Amino acid sequence: MPGIAAETTARWSRRLPRTWGRLVRGSVPYLLVLPVVVVMGTVLGYPIYSLVRISLEKYGLFELIRHQGEYIGLHNFGLILHDTVFWHTLLRTVVFTIANVGLVIGLGTLLALLLVRVSTLVRILLTAGLVLVWSMPQVVAVQVWYWMTNFQNGVVNYVLTELHVGDYFQHDWYATTFSQLSLVTALIVWEGLPFVAITVYAALSQVPADLVEAAEIDGAKPWRIFFDITVPIVKPVLLILTSLSILWDFGVFTQPFLLIGQAHLHPGNYLMGVYLYEEGYLKTDFGRGAAISILMLLIVAAMSVVYVRRMVKIGDVD
Amino acid sequence: MSARTARRTLWNAVGVLLFVVMVFPVYWMVSTAFKPDQQVNSLTPTWFSVHPTLAHFGDAIHKPFFWVDVKNSLIVVSVTVVVSMTLAFLAAVALAKYRFTGRKLFIVLVIGVQMLPGAGLIIPLYVVLAKYHQVNVLSGVIITYLTAVLPFSVWTLRGFIIGIPKDLEEAAMVDGSTRIGAFVKILLPLVAPGLVATSVFAFISTWNEYIFARTLLNDGSKQTLTVWLSYFLGTSRHTDWGALMAASTLTAIPVVIFFLLVQRKIAFGLTAGAVRG
Repeated sequence: MPGIAAETTARWSRRLPRTWGRLVRGSVPYLLVLPVVVVMGTVLGYPIYSLVRISLEKYGLFELIRHQGEYIGLHNFGLILHDTVFWHTLLRTVVFTIANVGLVIGLGTLLALLLVRVSTLVRILLTAGLVLVWSMPQVVAVQVWYWMTNFQNGVVNYVLTELHVGDYFQHDWYATTFSQLSLVTALIVWEGLPFVAITVYAALSQVPADLVEAAEIDGAKPWRIFFDITVPIVKPVLLILTSLSILWDFGVFTQPFLLIGQAHLHPGNYLMGVYLYEEGYLKTDFGRGAAISILMLLIVAAMSVVYVRRMVKIGDVD
Repeated sequence: MSARTARRTLWNAVGVLLFVVMVFPVYWMVSTAFKPDQQVNSLTPTWFSVHPTLAHFGDAIHKPFFWVDVKNSLIVVSVTVVVSMTLAFLAAVALAKYRFTGRKLFIVLVIGVQMLPGAGLIIPLYVVLAKYHQVNVLSGVIITYLTAVLPFSVWTLRGFIIGIPKDLEEAAMVDGSTRIGAFVKILLPLVAPGLVATSVFAFISTWNEYIFARTLLNDGSKQTLTVWLSYFLGTSRHTDWGALMAASTLTAIPVVIFFLLVQRKIAFGLTAGAVRG
């Protein structure tokens, strides 16, 4: 009996430092992620918690100063869901997003296919140009767009008239909602093309040349080669680019807000981001703004499930 | 063969044409900034000015708050980059080198947070920051930017750390180094280029940020350069296009330089570590 006890003690005393060591080593990754978790938790977690709370409250300028809202249940949500401005804005944003994503992905892919076909010199030139455009800050790009499309002496009107597209002398691009949003689309597509084109081009260069050659020797038609060899290799990249573009374009704010300009913004040309800013922040109706934010975040969260799952899989593999 | 050459020539022509169309807005910004007023305001555009002037740049930098806001931008950017790189690097090491319970949850959070649209967060951030007197001060914007910069930095740095061959680290350990010794001697120098690239990217996205700076900073003397630029036209009836383009050029220059430096390093990893844009 005492022998066993002694043996157990001995085993314990031998084991103890090792358990300690394992415990310390096991806690290392947690200590490493802790700072990020703390910062994100405080600066993002707490506001998201208050977002939910404020959305259930009457929270205006007076409440902001008092730091205390008044609980009114789901009243804010009721107001919004019965507001035609919300539904029209949502529909407009969905159509806008589809148009923008379709254009940027479609044109970007075509541009990437062109990059494969041109000579090395032209490819370097075009890639350099794309990277330059990619690097332009959004606010700067808006100002340049504004200057190029101003109705008095914008260069766009001049070029369109000279090319005999029509009489664009002193044409006002900011006169109709459709025209305003088309300008915003042109700006977003211009800014977004480089990222899509260069990424798709990188994926295209993964297509094995000998496979294409073998198919050519076997007499396969170019479009067969494209759809059976190229598309499957590029597809995962296109999928990621499309989901990212959908999320970015749906939540877009800077371009429509600054290009259309405060003076010309009205409920008839709102996109989701602008709607939220004007109705919640500018009118200091934070309760209603919070409710709109929640609806918007829920829509975006639902849309991003596909993308996040794919990325998590990548992160889990390596 | 000649049909093939003809086709190649056609594609090249299309490529050059597209280059001109894509780059034209940038060229138009820079050339307008250097053009004398009468050429800028003329109804017939001057494609290339033979008499460049620096007058517009003088007008732009003498606008109220230009230098103050440049300083503000620099403070916000440098503090955000230094803090976020330090914290993100630690978390990236954990993700790349350790398997631990909750790792998957952490990855979901890091990627998920980047998907939140900035517009959706202005109301709660404004209300919470107002409560702690962080509205209209740079520190409020800095802590807001941390939440935007941290996730993509963690994700991108993780990619750089994974790229380091495990044998190197093991070899250092066999040589008698501890894990920390191996880390400092082997990992850090190898990861340095990745760290630089990620910092530059954090720099660019912070310098360019608009919506939070616009909502959280109200005084002209407290704003960042992008907000300053967005207010440039103000309410004056006569638009000074030359000065606006000079101001735009000045705002873009640091970003363009840094972007060209790191683009190659980071572009192809971008789909893996998307930047909120």
